[in-house]
Amino acid sequence: MSGLTRGGAAIVGAAESDLGAVAALMSPIDLMAQGIVRALDDAGLTLRDVDGVFCATTQGRTSAMSLLEYLGLPNAYTDSTIVGGSSFEIHVAHAQAALEAGLCTVAVIAYGSTQRTVGRRAASAREYNPYETPFKPFLPASAYAMAASRHMYEFGTTREQMAEVAVAARAWALLNPAAWEKKPLTIEGVLTARKISDPFTVRDCCLVTDGGGAIVMTTPERARSLRRKPVWVLGCGQSITHASISSMPDLTKTGAIESGRQAYAAAGVTPAEIDVLALYDAFTINTILFLEDLGFCPKGEGGRFVEGGRIGPQGDLAVNTNGGGLSYCHPGMYGLFLLIEAVRQLRGECGARQVAEAETAIVHGNGGVLSAQATVILGGTATV
Amino acid sequence: MPAATESPLATYIAHLERGELAYQFSPSANRAVFYPRLVCPETGATDLDWRVSKGLGTVHATTVVHPAQGAPFNVALIDMDEGFRLMSRVEDVDPTSVAIGQRVRFRVHPAEGEEPPYPVFTLAEGA
Repeated sequence: MSGLTRGGAAIVGAAESDLGAVAALMSPIDLMAQGIVRALDDAGLTLRDVDGVFCATTQGRTSAMSLLEYLGLPNAYTDSTIVGGSSFEIHVAHAQAALEAGLCTVAVIAYGSTQRTVGRRAASAREYNPYETPFKPFLPASAYAMAASRHMYEFGTTREQMAEVAVAARAWALLNPAAWEKKPLTIEGVLTARKISDPFTVRDCCLVTDGGGAIVMTTPERARSLRRKPVWVLGCGQSITHASISSMPDLTKTGAIESGRQAYAAAGVTPAEIDVLALYDAFTINTILFLEDLGFCPKGEGGRFVEGGRIGPQGDLAVNTNGGGLSYCHPGMYGLFLLIEAVRQLRGECGARQVAEAETAIVHGNGGVLSAQATVILGGTATV
Repeated sequence: MPAATESPLATYIAHLERGELAYQFSPSANRAVFYPRLVCPETGATDLDWRVSKGLGTVHATTVVHPAQGAPFNVALIDMDEGFRLMSRVEDVDPTSVAIGQRVRFRVHPAEGEEPPYPVFTLAEGA
């Protein structure tokens, strides 16, 4: 995204709210507030330092209003752009713009969802689309499934290759104490699981959990004065190519090509210089598409690229080290969790799943049905 | 731009009620536009023409939905010969046999209660 300064803002705090299956009658705003307090604790700041609030949830039409009321921050600068799961990557760019413009000095970006508790339909009601709803696609899965059908047709991508993505995510999840899934998964286990929308089984699809969290962003000056090692925002990009799958320009090429191009250009880095990848894995095909579209392998090669555990803990590319939306958590919109994991990796806090000497991370958010693509490149101290 | 006397969706449904699959053509972009709308998404022009498709197309992408209850069914994206794409389903065949590249022909699924008619497809081998 042009107009923002490389390293013009930093992430100085990150935390999850309660995850998985949260206490009865918790609200999405409760989870946002919990995430914000924990992320501020992490940063060594308090709620009274906050003058910028960014948030989104599918469980409230006016979440920023609700959150400001809840936190007692009537004068905070606020933005609740919502374009699906990538909203939070876009919030990073918007928060940086606000920080650079002096509209705020300490910004929080928050999410909360009780999707598992209240049910998928209650958490995220589908809007009626007269050109799609009559055909009863099981959305979002059927949209991604049709993209997968094209990838298989055009490039020979196989079910086993897609299953590799789920198996790698599970292997990472077993190294993450916060992950929802606790048991190993095999390729056979993916292929023989309950069918959802061909070619996907339930193991090709993200989890349905509760959860939330927050990150804290501030100016470079303030960031250097705080207790955590700052994680610098090096570059951002976004591309929103469509809203419904029948209007996607090309089912095997996503807006990540453009959002990635913008973010790499702003950050001044190339894919070869990225240490950690956080790619929005709502479905197994996503990881394959984003590895291609963000330049880690040529178009059409993503399936072959992930073979042999290449993106798992024993592989040579660290992708979705928290276990991803497939095995760690996926409360409706997942984009904030990508940012939290990238921050922790760049700070070296990830224990058994830590990537050695991680200095650069690419965070790629996806919203809707491959619709809203947003990329953020983050860096450690050595990058600024 | 002048007030709309009929919405794009209403015009589309009126064509379906006559057994026609309608789409729009943008002279300024020289291409088909679908779904119907007031503004061309390529040029911003507002002079979109209505046209009626010959009804032949090709399966572009396909899936079989496996509902928790009930029989599996097909959902597909169909590329019409006139150069527009729409979501639909291929009927009268085993849903698992629907494949990318198959030629298909439009027919109307009639209105049912509050639900307006909508376009569905059948195999059109050799068409």
